[in-house]
This record gives sequence, C-alpha cells and structure tokens, in this order.
Amino acid sequence: MHEGANEALDSHRTVTGNRALMLEERLIFEIGSHETTGVDLPEPQTGAANRLGGLARSEPIGLPGLSEPEAVRHYTRLSRQNYAIDLGLFPLGSCTMKHNPRLNEKVARMPGFADVHPLQPVDTVRGALEVIDELADWLLKLTGMHSVAMTPKAGAHGELCGILCIRAALEARGDPREVILVPESAHGTNPATAAFAGYRVENIPATPEGRVDLEALKARLGPDVAGVMITNPNTCGLFERQMKAISDAVHAAGGLVYCDGANFNAIVGRVRPGDLGVDAMHINLHKTFSTPHGGGGPGSGPVVLSEALAPFAPLPFVTRRADGTLDLIEEENAGEHHPRTFGRMTAFHGQMGMFTRALAYILSHGADGLRQASGDAVLNANYILRSLDDVLDAPFGDSGPCMHEALFSDKGFAEGLTTLDLAKGMIDEGFHPMTMYFPLVVHGAMLVEPTETESKAGLDQLVLALRSLAQRARDGDETLKTAPHFAPRRRLDETLAARKPVLAWSGLPAPGGVPTLSEQGGS
Amino acid sequence: MRYLPLTEADRSAMLEVIGAPSVDALFADVPGGLHLDGPIEGLPMHASEMAVERHMRRLSKKNLAAADAAFFIGAGAYRHHVPASVDHIIQRGEFLTAYTPYQPEIAQGTLQMLFEFQSQVARLYGCAVANASMYDGSTACWEAIAMAGRVTRRNKALLSSGLHPHYVSTARTMAKFTGDRLACEAPQLDAATDYAALADSIDGETSCVVVQYPDILGRIGDLTGLADACHAAGALLIAVNTEPVALGGIRSPGEMGADILVGEGQSLGVGLQFGGPYLGLFAVRDPRHVRQMPGRLCGETVDAEGKRGFVLTLSTREQHIRREKATSNICTNSGLCALAFTAHLTLLGEKGLRALAAENHRLACLAADRLAKVPGVRVVNDTFFNEFTVELPGDARQIVRDLAERQVLAGVSLGRLYPDQQALSGGLVVAVTETTSEDDIETLAAALEEVLR
Repeated sequence: MHEGANEALDSHRTVTGNRALMLEERLIFEIGSHETTGVDLPEPQTGAANRLGGLARSEPIGLPGLSEPEAVRHYTRLSRQNYAIDLGLFPLGSCTMKHNPRLNEKVARMPGFADVHPLQPVDTVRGALEVIDELADWLLKLTGMHSVAMTPKAGAHGELCGILCIRAALEARGDPREVILVPESAHGTNPATAAFAGYRVENIPATPEGRVDLEALKARLGPDVAGVMITNPNTCGLFERQMKAISDAVHAAGGLVYCDGANFNAIVGRVRPGDLGVDAMHINLHKTFSTPHGGGGPGSGPVVLSEALAPFAPLPFVTRRADGTLDLIEEENAGEHHPRTFGRMTAFHGQMGMFTRALAYILSHGADGLRQASGDAVLNANYILRSLDDVLDAPFGDSGPCMHEALFSDKGFAEGLTTLDLAKGMIDEGFHPMTMYFPLVVHGAMLVEPTETESKAGLDQLVLALRSLAQRARDGDETLKTAPHFAPRRRLDETLAARKPVLAWSGLPAPGGVPTLSEQGGS
Repeated sequence: MRYLPLTEADRSAMLEVIGAPSVDALFADVPGGLHLDGPIEGLPMHASEMAVERHMRRLSKKNLAAADAAFFIGAGAYRHHVPASVDHIIQRGEFLTAYTPYQPEIAQGTLQMLFEFQSQVARLYGCAVANASMYDGSTACWEAIAMAGRVTRRNKALLSSGLHPHYVSTARTMAKFTGDRLACEAPQLDAATDYAALADSIDGETSCVVVQYPDILGRIGDLTGLADACHAAGALLIAVNTEPVALGGIRSPGEMGADILVGEGQSLGVGLQFGGPYLGLFAVRDPRHVRQMPGRLCGETVDAEGKRGFVLTLSTREQHIRREKATSNICTNSGLCALAFTAHLTLLGEKGLRALAAENHRLACLAADRLAKVPGVRVVNDTFFNEFTVELPGDARQIVRDLAERQVLAGVSLGRLYPDQQALSGGLVVAVTETTSEDDIETLAAALEEVLR
C-alpha cells in the first residue's frame, strides 16, 4: 500500500520540487547576495579615522545577506520541515519533551531580565539575584539538599560540576582517589564526565531485573573509589529500590554519591534525593521544569549539593546574608565568604534566561501541581507500558511499575526488521519516534516517555499507531524498511555524511586560501 | 493545573488498564519511610497565569535594564540591536519546541539552519570547519585548550594576559583536575600586547598559546608572527573572540594563522540576559583536526531519492558512542541561540555586518576622544574596535557604583575583574556599540566629570 502511494506521488512530480504547502528551500548561500541586507545602517564613511592598528579587513568575508521578507520566509519555510512538541507528541525517553508554556517566554523577555548585563553593579540587579535565590529555594526544598550551584550551563556541565565538587572535597581531606564507578545503564555523558575530570571509569553491571547490582557494587568499593555516578530513576525506567543502601555502602567506603538527575521529573514532590543519601545531583531545568529545547539547547543544569560538598561549589553564586539581603559571591569576595571553592566553570552566572522560565513554570504548578505532574507522568508511562506489552516485548515489565518512561525491545520482530524501521514508521504515522537503542543493556531498546502534558486521547492515538507498527514488524512488512514515506526527506544516508564529510557550504571560494575538507580527503 | 490534561475520570480509566488502585501505588518501589505524603511544606500552591506574570514583573523591575541607562558595559558580553524578526523567527514553535535533530527526516529545518550557521561561522573566522555551537565562549575556550592537548599530545598551555579573566579562571578550574599546566599573567595597562614574550616562552611541551582578539583591554594586535612561532615549535595558536561584530571590521584570526578559533556569539541575536544562555563558537582552520573537535557537527548528505539533506555526523567522537573516550562530555549545544545568531547574521549579510562594524568603531572613536577630554581621565589604548580602557584617578569600582546611581552604567572596572591587582584599580573597560547614542556619550562624560570633581 505504501509503495503504491509513492508511485502515485511520483506521477505528480512538480518542477520546483515543492508539494503545495511543503516547500523546498535552498541555502542562504544560494539565495542571498553580498549586496543584500535586511538591516538599515549608515553607510560606512570612507577615510574615517580608525584605531584598528592596521588590521582593517580588506578581503570579503563571503557572507550572504537576505532582505527582511526573504529572511522571514526562509526561516519560516525551514521551520515547517521540523517536528516539534507544538505539533505533537514527542515520546523521547530520558530526554523529556513536554508542553512549553508561552507565559515563560513572555516572562524571560521582560527587559529587566533580558536586557541586563552580567557585570552590572550588584545594586542594579537585585531582581535577578532574587530570581536565582527563589528558584534555588524551590530546588533545595524539592530535593532535600543543602545548597545549589546554579551556574552549570547544561546537564552534562552539571555532571562535571558535581564530580569536580567530589574531587575537590576528597583532595581537601588529603584522600585523592582514582576511580568512579558507573552502572552500565548510565547516560553516555556520565563516563565521559568522569574521564574529563581525570578519573578512571569502571562499569557496574545491572541485575536481570534492570537495577544496579548492589553486591557487585559493594564488592568493587575500596580506598581507590572516589564515588559512583548513578541515575535514579534509572534509564530502564525503574526506581532504584536500594538507592539508600547503595549510598550507605559508598559512604562507608569513604566515597561520595553522584546522582544523574535527568529523570528527576518522575519523583518531584514524592521523594527527596537528599533522603536517599545523594551528595550531588544535577537538575535539567529544561526537562523537569520545561524550558524549550530549541532544536538542541540551550539547557541548564543547576547542581544540588550535600552539606559535605557545599563549601566547594563554583563561583559565582548568590547567598543570603544574616540580615536577609542577597549578595553575589565572586572572586572579589570569595576569599572572605567561600574560600574553598573549586573555582569558576563558566564566564558569568549561568542560564538566567532558563531560570526565569523554570521559575515561572514552577510557580504556575506550585507544590501541589508539581506533585500531580510527577504522578501523571508516571501514570501515563505505565498506561503505555500496559497498553502495549502484549504486542511489544517489555524486558522489565515484571520488575515493578515503570516510572516516567516505558522500555520495550525488538524481541519478536520478523527477521530483518529493526527498531529503526519501527521508529521510521512512527514518522509516517505523525509521531516523533521514541528514544532508540538506549539503554544499551536492552537489545533494540525503545524508551517511550509520554510526560504529564499528554492527554489520554493523545496517548490512545499513540497506542493505536504503535500497536499497528508492532504488528507489522512481527509480520515482516517490508514497506517498513523504506519508511518514512511521507516526511520532507526519505531515509538519509548517514554513512555517506560520515565518510565524506561536507560540513560547510563550499560553492564559493573560501577566504584566504583555506583548504576545504574535500581537498584534504576528509581524513 | 492548566498544563495537566488528565481528568479524574481519565485517571481512573487508566489505572484500571494498569491494574493499580491509585497513582500513589505506582510509586511502590520507593521504600516506605522515604515516600512524601503530601505537598512539601513551605512552598506555595499553584498560581494563575496572571499571578505569575505579576510576580515576575515585580522582580524584573528591581533590575536596571540597559535601555533605561546610558550603557557602556562590555567585557565579554555586548548590547546590540536585534531586529524584531529575529525574535519572531526563534519563537516559531517548530524551532523553539523541537528537540536535538536525532531524526533527520523530520528535523531538516534545524539541520539546514545548523549547516548554514557552521558555514557562516567558518567564514567569519577564516576557517575550514565550525561546529554546531557550544555553551558559551568561556567553556569553548577551555574545550579548545583540551583539544590542543589531544592534537599535540602535550599539556602546557600559555595564556595571554589579554585573555578575559573569567575565561582564564574557567580554564584554570578544569586544568586543576586534568593535569594540564597553564601559565598566565595579569595584564599591564601601559604594556603592549604580550605576543613577543609568549613566542619566547614556547617550548617543546607547549600544546598551545591562547590569545584574545580584541583582548580584555580592547587592544588589537597582529597574530601572524605568534602563529608562525607556534607552528615552528609544533604548538597550536588558539584565538578567542568575544565580539563577533569586530570581525566585520578587522581581519579574521584564521587568516592570520590561528589554528583553533573560539568565541562568544552572544552579540548577534542572543541579547545580554544577565549572562546566559549564550552561544559558544568553535572552529578549526585545518580540516584534519575535525575528528578532535568537541560538540555537534551537521553535515550534508542525500536521501534515498537522491535529494540533498542534512544530518548530525561524525558522532563517533561523541559521548553517547565513545563514553569515557569521547572528545568531550558535551551532549547538548545551544541550538536556539545558534538560530538567533544565524538569522541576525543573515539579515545583516556581508554589507550589513561591515556597516555595523564601521558604526560601532566610529562611535567608539568618538567616545574615546570625548572621555580623553575629561580632566583626570586617560585613554590607555592606541588600538581598539568598539571597546577600550581608560584609567581613572581613583578606585574605578567606587566610581562605577557612583555613576550607576545616576543611571549611567559606565563599564567594567578592572578591580572587579582583577581584585588582587592594585595597579589595575583605576582601570575601566568601556564598550560602545550602535545602540550607544552620541547623547549617551555626552551623558557619561558629564557624569564622570561630576563624580571626579
């Protein structure tokens, strides 16, 4: 049926490549010119005085310009080639894509937040300090932790912050250690972070039911282990029942516990990581508190810290003085107020534009709404799990309720059909595919996270589509192998892209005789 | 609860499918004593859209917005006019609310935009390849130093005294943990740039020399000789740019032989935002270095019908595949900020960027000449683009605070940036852009005269 549909489309080819509302769009380098601009500026004065030290630019840069209407049309046409949460469900397990309220955009654009410089005198940014303090207060109460480092720019940057706090604390007590233990179900960022912070990484296996193997962990603990990086709820979608026992064992062996908080959205208002013995945990504000991810960022990754790690938190940060006023701690006054800091990990104060959005989201929900949100997220995920576990293999379906995400595998698919084929079939059904091939501990993994902002009717549509696709995968429907059939592009050749990388437009000579990638053979 | 679509009837029907008595029962794996029973105490309940907006507006009004002052603050973040259409473009829901483009067939909008962005950045920097963005300039600078270590298999980095002190601190923090050795001095007001001294310090263990262009005091110097010295010794030259608009008026560092170019892209499209989110730019001159680059890369390819399309590529460098052997732990980039940057730069084009740069420089020259006439004030630089340093007769930190009370945000005192350098306490870094009016310059000069009197 799908092949036939494509033949029908092919017989209605257009000369432009456009298909009515779906318009092809060339590159700015192909439609713009060096003489076109969409901004009115004074003409440069010839012979004007300059203090450029003889380095005035003489060669062209090679930048195309578009007029304002051309630019608006270019980007609007491009936007229509994107799937987005505003268009439909985005069931990306471990990534968490939920509704992005527009109030948050409005708030972040208030001039008092958007048009303020990070190095203004402190007395002119009292409101910004209050936003940071208010958001920090929520994060501490929701996590039951001692203090929070707000500056990390994204989740992985937050991981680095937490591990650096651990390292600084161990070094301060004269006990530098070498190894960080990472369960095999961890995010790929965890081992990369530990390695970047100078640690050797060792894996800890999972049990057959999808949780950290406590006995294996205990057996590996010792005086060389700085700590563990653990994800809870974990990437199999399960709560680590023995988290407290894990923390106690690590602490008894002199190590510290880092928790990857990427999945914190599942337990907000229901469990406090501080009660589980966690020493440091990053919170992806863009996931848990819904700041829009914009096609791959920005993120924001504040790190909550236990009392043991608090003295080592990075600069700058906001603190409340005994008299109730807020102060900014920077290099200037750190010696007096925060002498053991491990230093600075970014130029300014972190993602202020994300803080305002997250705070507006948190205030809108309130303590009651956040608890309801985590409950609904878990309810939705379990509904998906139970609505599909007769047609899709659920490897940990008997390990207890799933948390915010449901995990399936490709077991039972006909020979030659893969998780990728099912995912591409979802595109034709109008859904963004779920997370694929992650976690690594499950063959052909599919990790489905609906989040709390999906309605039952929306979930029922997803279930309808997935049941049909699962059946086709079991039946060996070959048309799935060429899906998607109705997207702006058919399957893209990723091997070609990696083998002969073309990473920049090369239709015009590059400036200054810079060799292009193809001339170098793409090595 | 306006963001939560489930009704009580929905919840009951769904619990029946699951076979659970209640939502709370789904948290059965949480050990008993650790399960919280109700909303956490000490936090408010949910609020209406109107109430939240009112609260946030009250907080925003406690800040002095740049538009309400005579504004001259730079030092790594610059205030430029952003065309209204840029904000319209980034608020298109299909850009704003999309995820990382892992499914290229339905993410061509983001991917083509990233390919265009990479191409623009590569040209602006005079490089072969740019990546699809980093968190910000300071973290990109650190990543460049780490990359130079991987390329040269050496671990000593020489940092110019002209490098932004926050960038130096960020690099120092990371180096403490990775074992890289960094060397850096504080700048001197009356010294020339330290390129000759840096060139002399390069030895067989030097992985890279890091210079800022224009530097923290606003000075601009020719990098060619330093690049030659680096290459002769097998080291890389890293050039850091915190003001991309400058590159519309001065030569690109890639053209002068810099090997890795990093910078802060905030100036174009992104806005001040009290320091974030910003946009890290990262490019390399030699395409053979691509496989050592951190971050995401977007590449051109074709689909099953032979049509041109774009994908994220060379991901075998990345954390989700290489784990502890990855080039970086970076997972996200700054996609939306990259969109703002590329949309703004597309609106400007070659012609607009050059005109914008010329206007910035013209106004900065006016400001420097006017401030030089204020009794007691001395302009330090003889080269600059849109930012320069003046020396004031007294502690500039206090003078900046006094001027702020008069709604004049005068610049960044070197005392704030270098608290332990007494010799720099009179220094004030003043930035001027196209948003600065000639009246603003006069206001600053007059207020300064008054404060210094």
